[in-house]
Amino acid sequence: MATTYFTSDHEWLRVEGGIATVGITDYAQEQLGDLVFVELPETGKKLTKGDTAVVVESVKAASDVYAPVDGEITEANGTLSSDPSLVNSAATGAGWLWKMKLADESQLSGLMDEAAYKAHIG
Amino acid sequence: MTGDDTRHLPLEDIHVTAGARFGAFAGWSMPLTYPAGVMKEHLHTREQAGLFDISHMKLFEVSGPEAVALLNRACPLDAGALQISQSKLSFFLNEAGGILDDLIVTRLGDNRFVVVANAGNAFADEKHLRALAADFDARVEPLDRVFLAIQGPEAWAALSRAGIETGSLLFMHGVEPRKNWFMSRSGYTGEDGFEIGLPEADARDLVAKLLGDERVLWIGLAARDSLRLEAGLCLHGQDITPETDPASAALMWAIPKDIRASGAFIGADALRAAVERGPAQKRVGLKPEGRQPVRGGAALFDADGNPAGQVTSGGFGPSAGHPVAMGYVSTPLAKPGTRVFADVRGTKIPVDISSLPFTPHRYRKG
Repeated sequence: MATTYFTSDHEWLRVEGGIATVGITDYAQEQLGDLVFVELPETGKKLTKGDTAVVVESVKAASDVYAPVDGEITEANGTLSSDPSLVNSAATGAGWLWKMKLADESQLSGLMDEAAYKAHIG
Repeated sequence: MTGDDTRHLPLEDIHVTAGARFGAFAGWSMPLTYPAGVMKEHLHTREQAGLFDISHMKLFEVSGPEAVALLNRACPLDAGALQISQSKLSFFLNEAGGILDDLIVTRLGDNRFVVVANAGNAFADEKHLRALAADFDARVEPLDRVFLAIQGPEAWAALSRAGIETGSLLFMHGVEPRKNWFMSRSGYTGEDGFEIGLPEADARDLVAKLLGDERVLWIGLAARDSLRLEAGLCLHGQDITPETDPASAALMWAIPKDIRASGAFIGADALRAAVERGPAQKRVGLKPEGRQPVRGGAALFDADGNPAGQVTSGGFGPSAGHPVAMGYVSTPLAKPGTRVFADVRGTKIPVDISSLPFTPHRYRKG
């Protein structure tokens, strides 16, 4: 059973079996506008919470997406290399950014559930 | 709000109703995008007609018996050689030949001109021009206008449907079609189009008529930037600054030959010396390889890893279909096809020097 968490940096994590799939929220993609490039991480890269995991680039600007928890990249969404606009059209689905093996599941307790995130963006 | 000096467009309510997302630019709260989004707004402008609120830019009227002499002092320009209704790109230079601002000067009468200045420099430009005017029998009057641009192949037809005929007006010419209106066939997109300064009440009426035309969409500052970058047009403060002169900026075409040789404009001696020396760096188009945009501020290196210059503007070109940028490189490298490398977050991205513009200009010249 997957559980979905949210961060105040407008990311979502879907956690199942110790692996989190991470993406940006619909609110975030709307703020960024049309994406033209996603700089994806390499598999095996170890990240500490707050490290830049991915850079998403819109027509106008580049924005960092941070690791919401500690862990190791197990997969990046290679489809985005040819179609970065998937992040705009399906931010919480086919537009996911990376998967990571969680180093410390207790960090999840500091994140928001969907109701709290909705309250956060108002 | 106390301490908030942000300036607001006279038509802000219309942009709010249109669903604009606002952001700060040159001290103004400006529409960055509308619900269509930057990509669609950009492409729509090239295919049909885009409407831009550019009221952050400033119009000045320069008039009086010595208006020509004042402009010839202020700008590397032969103001007296302009035909009535003719417009010309020019500059305010500092004594070192650096570009304080780029401007469009249009002659409206024997002794009357309109000058269009950039938003971020408007206050400084006014002060500069007024100080110079003290030595001449000429006056400088800032005009209180809403300033709109309508750009794209259908711009003339949309204006015609709105009751404004543009028929005989050619690129880089401007007229006064109605009382307190100034309309020029010019723009910042590379497309055929118009810029219209007019009183607020008239502007509200014109905007309502134009938006009733399905060919016309509001376009935000984000697409304005990607359109001008594809068209190879400079943004003052980024691509040209008080530290760059027209020679290194590859803008000498805007300065008539006899003025280069003998003009008495501010900065003339320094500019002549710079031309004589030859610029150490030149402004060029830059085409990054692949899909990753290279942004303003990125350092450029040659094939051996030596510093080669820097990117001043960069992003994605929706019509070009690839990243586009411009910047400055050492003069020996400033040839189309030369490969340099941009440092983007520690990765060296291959970038080819490219001729400008990235998308062909489609001006109505005759």
